[in-house]
Amino acid sequence: MTDGPAPVLAAELIRWSWVGDHLDDIRGYLFQHVELTGLALLFGIVLAFPLALAAVRWPRLYGPILAFTGVLFTIPSLALFILLIPFTGLSIRTALIGLTIYTLLILVRNMVEGLRGVDRDVREAAQAMGFSATRQLFQVELPLALPVIMAGVRIATVTTIGLVTITALIGWGGLGRLFIDGFTLDFTTPIVVGIVLSAALAFAADLLLVAVQRQLTPWARSRRS
Amino acid sequence: MDVVGDVLRWLTDPVHWSGPGGIPARTLQHVWYSLVATGIAAAIALPIGIAIGHTGRGALLAVNLTNLGRAIPTLGIIILVFQLAGFGFIPVLVSLVALAIPPIVTNSYIGVRSVDRDVREAAEGMGMRGRQVLWQVELPVAMPLIMAGIRTSAVQVVATATLAAFVGLGGLGRYLIDGLSQRDLPQVVGGAILVALLSLITELLLGRVQALVVSRGLAERGADAAVRAKVEKAA
Amino acid sequence: MRRIRFAGAAVAVSLALLLAACGGGGNDALEGGGSQSGGSTVTVGSTNFTEQLILAQMYAAVLEKAGVKVDTRLNLGAREVVFPALVNGDIDLLPEYNGSVLSFLDKNATQTTSEEVNSALAPLLDAKGLVALDQSPAEDKDGWAVTKATADKYGLAKLSDLKGKAGQLVVGGPPELKTRPAGIPGLKKVYGIEDFKEFKALDAGGPLTTSALNKGDIDVGRVFTTQGSIARYGWVLLEDKPLEPAQNIVPIGRKDAMTDQVKQVLNGLAAKITTEELTKLNKQVDIDKDDPEKVATDWLKSQGLV
Repeated sequence: MTDGPAPVLAAELIRWSWVGDHLDDIRGYLFQHVELTGLALLFGIVLAFPLALAAVRWPRLYGPILAFTGVLFTIPSLALFILLIPFTGLSIRTALIGLTIYTLLILVRNMVEGLRGVDRDVREAAQAMGFSATRQLFQVELPLALPVIMAGVRIATVTTIGLVTITALIGWGGLGRLFIDGFTLDFTTPIVVGIVLSAALAFAADLLLVAVQRQLTPWARSRRS
Repeated sequence: MDVVGDVLRWLTDPVHWSGPGGIPARTLQHVWYSLVATGIAAAIALPIGIAIGHTGRGALLAVNLTNLGRAIPTLGIIILVFQLAGFGFIPVLVSLVALAIPPIVTNSYIGVRSVDRDVREAAEGMGMRGRQVLWQVELPVAMPLIMAGIRTSAVQVVATATLAAFVGLGGLGRYLIDGLSQRDLPQVVGGAILVALLSLITELLLGRVQALVVSRGLAERGADAAVRAKVEKAA
Repeated sequence: MRRIRFAGAAVAVSLALLLAACGGGGNDALEGGGSQSGGSTVTVGSTNFTEQLILAQMYAAVLEKAGVKVDTRLNLGAREVVFPALVNGDIDLLPEYNGSVLSFLDKNATQTTSEEVNSALAPLLDAKGLVALDQSPAEDKDGWAVTKATADKYGLAKLSDLKGKAGQLVVGGPPELKTRPAGIPGLKKVYGIEDFKEFKALDAGGPLTTSALNKGDIDVGRVFTTQGSIARYGWVLLEDKPLEPAQNIVPIGRKDAMTDQVKQVLNGLAAKITTEELTKLNKQVDIDKDDPEKVATDWLKSQGLV
């Protein structure tokens, strides 16, 4: 090639024919990625909710819960996954347990912050109006806490999308499998495809959640954040 | 299961505390990787975040950068750069720097941006012009938030520097990778504990630094509670 | 009030969409195999180098041709991670090397010939619910390679030439090279080679070792004798009395997944895999950058097996 190095580099970075030949694989990896992320978030939310409620109801629990989850968070994800292998092997459980733990940590914090941030006045007004504790929770506190909780869900989602790629080192990985395929085959195409798609996925998920948040909290739209 | 005992034995074995494969050597390597990456990231990110905060242009990017940065597939970047640059520190450095930049940009932006309009107007009333306002007013007030950004990045970098071992380098991640390869569970657990400890220490140490850079005036006026609240929210 | 109901509905709809999306396309990607007795789907696994990908694709192709339902989980990692997955049922079949598996299961094994190795291996596998099928003549042994430049500089052609020079050389290989009898301790024991200048823990003939050897970060690298990289970069394989036992390619599978049909199909393939053929196929993937699956199926077609 008589052109300078840049076009040669670009030609080597992506072999489009490979992409065309492997669309099925790529699609499969993408679904795996979405599924791992979705399940981890689902379990994370389901588990974080009671923990957060407990921390709000019994404030003395908050310190220890925060400390415990904080410590878990410092364990590097690679280590956590490797440590689970002897117990749960290369099954999807290994990946999900690790991913769920990390979403849990982010979500508990934000749920507690959100619930705590509800003005005491509002809570007292609800009580004065005769709301039962459950009604108060679901019809007053949760809606008001929603913006902060949703912020946490956004962070957890994007973080998880990134972490799923690490599970490639334990037999899963979603789009992360493209990275280790490229590594093993000494080939940049799958790697580039993997990076672009996982970034796009995160971007799309974030936009989706922003839209959901706007839908769920229309009263917040007019206020300056 | 005497896993706990085995791990303790591994951690206290003097053999593991000496030589090029020992805990001090690996910790030093790990700290070095983290320091260089965070330093370079700060050198790149601080001017950008501060400039956006001072001028107000590019705010949308700055605010969302941290969240999008969380999705950076560090493993992918390490492997891609490895394919291009081969064996060595470059792949690790590039991916860690990429990881560290977003929180610093976002926090610096928020820090400088959220300096009270009153304060800024007062400074301008006193005759200060753009640059002076920046250096003598905005930056000192924004310091805690800026430090919070650096702290967040540093902790993330320390945790992620374990990936250096994946491409054959050193650092505490070696205990994870080698332990896996040699089927030495105590080594893996020991390594995980050491990295977790290092992360915690980094978090606490830089937390102290952050508390120290609250400018004396703010601290005395008791305004640091408000700053702390802002800092906590951004962290 | 209405908002909460709406929110609940939104969440429910999103979840439904998510599950639908997964149900549609994700099943193949997610199927981990699990312990499927009764021979429904056979999950073929592989470790993380190109030869493994080729062999696994071969197994998958011939099994599929015979009407067996096959699922592949390839490039899962190193043997330490993948073999346990075979034992506990995450995968059903793995292309393996008899000598390596033997020393993996029994660190003190000393058998060297194919027959000895296979006999020693059988009970060990049986105890884990596994069985080895017929071996192939092809062998992929672990070797030691240096660049041509290093070979010229230090006059290296055989392993014994390293004696007296090892102190100036940096050696690289998988982390367990330092401790395995067939690794560095073996060099010391069999050839009297002194300590190397430095040992770098990289991988087993993989991209790290390749890059490090080519860039000069290591002088001696642990490689596989059938690797295409050796020809590609003009490395010199140091010859001599091998430290390794026989390393015949052999499929190892879970007993309850290895039905008579599966065994028959794979045994029919076994004799055709020779070292020369395998090395040729490796070159196509490593040097020509052809797809492992394509290389495997093209070769099988040329052999009349699919």
